[in-house]
Amino acid sequence: MIRSLPRAIVIGASAGALEALSVILPALPEDFRLPIFIVVHIPPDKRSVLAELFRAKCKIRVSEVEDKEPIRPSTAYFAPPDYHVLVEKDHTLALTNEEPVLFSRPSIDVLFESAADIYGPDVVAVLLTGANHDGAKGLLLIARAGGEVIVQDPETAFAAAMPQAGLDLCPDAAVLSLQGITDYLRRVG
Amino acid sequence: MDAAVIETFEKVEDIEIRLLLEALYVRYHYDFRNYAMGSIKRRLRQAREQLGFATISAMQERLLHDETMLPTLLGYLTVQVSEMFRDPSYFKAIRDNVVPHLRTYPSLKVWIAGCSFGEEVYSLAILFREEGLEDRTIFYATDINQDALQGAEAGVYDLDRIQLFTENHRSSGGKSSLSDYYSAGYGRVTFDRTLRDRVVFSDHSLVTDAVFGEMHLISCRNVMIYFDRPLQDRAIGLFKDSLARKGFLGIGAKENLRFSAHADDFQEFVREEKIYQKGGK
Repeated sequence: MIRSLPRAIVIGASAGALEALSVILPALPEDFRLPIFIVVHIPPDKRSVLAELFRAKCKIRVSEVEDKEPIRPSTAYFAPPDYHVLVEKDHTLALTNEEPVLFSRPSIDVLFESAADIYGPDVVAVLLTGANHDGAKGLLLIARAGGEVIVQDPETAFAAAMPQAGLDLCPDAAVLSLQGITDYLRRVG
Repeated sequence: MDAAVIETFEKVEDIEIRLLLEALYVRYHYDFRNYAMGSIKRRLRQAREQLGFATISAMQERLLHDETMLPTLLGYLTVQVSEMFRDPSYFKAIRDNVVPHLRTYPSLKVWIAGCSFGEEVYSLAILFREEGLEDRTIFYATDINQDALQGAEAGVYDLDRIQLFTENHRSSGGKSSLSDYYSAGYGRVTFDRTLRDRVVFSDHSLVTDAVFGEMHLISCRNVMIYFDRPLQDRAIGLFKDSLARKGFLGIGAKENLRFSAHADDFQEFVREEKIYQKGGK
């Protein structure tokens, strides 16, 4: 089967996220064409500094999602603390205050589920390091919709639980190192 | 069929959702048809699973023929998450920047649109009391969810939420102790009923209902995030027409008037707290 080119990338990460994303995001070139939606677990009471931090390091645009923001190519979007992020049909991003999922808001599962609905097979999902099980169910939904699913190799992840949970639900997921993930994204984006 | 053809057909679940929302509107006049679909879909899936229906169509059938299904479903469709003095810096900006303007009016009208269980109503009532403005103010607290409105009117919250409310109140620049305003017992706290002497609770929909006149301050935070963009425009237009000249509008921390057709009718007043003032550029 010939897979069509992806239209978006979704990434979920928890404990160890900062280091992992610091390998991947700055390595993406200026002409990287895809939007990337990223959920990192952050305490709700903290003002997130992720977007600011990565803006300084990255060649692609980096922003924190605002409600109903139109999706632009070549941009990494971080979920703001205390909100879920969902993709909408009209190519905007929507925020919600619905209850936390697995104690997390933002939740990786919520983002991944909506990406599966909107993009079907045309999305790449990446589940990185983390110490809980958020994202595994969402990864499965993306795999079922025909999307590409990747987990960070639990052996080399800072915290293995999250990618391992993803792998348990999606045994066919590609298992890659951070460098492997980066190379893959550079190829498809 | 090739992929492109399949793509043009709506997924069955999307059709079911559209039909259920239509049924809900025609039968009960609750209009969720222009809500942001991602979140509606999630919550209907949740309702379907937890209520044990095989399909969303089956849920629709019950909804049409059994009125007791309505409040249950509304409970799923309306998100009720709030806390007192949520985002303390917002309330601090109201206190430091908006209140000095409000002081210049002999009488004030404040509208809390989408008041949920009333956390923000009591927050503003306390803030206005602390600032000596309460006696000249009428608060309008509206929501579409009757259960929430009744809860707001009761002003009863779980005791385990009080610590957070108290911290928020303090960092919002509170001039009194929050414990002055409630009595605790049986794991709950009940807020002082005199706080709602100046509050009118009312059923109002930003989707289908009309303008509320001459408000000096409208606070509507994290309500419009559930609307799609055309419906957001309607609500913001409604706020514009409901505000007095130079009136204030406060929205949620991650909401924005930037993408709205009415953006030019407002000016940023406290930018980082998403407080706007009516008046064109």
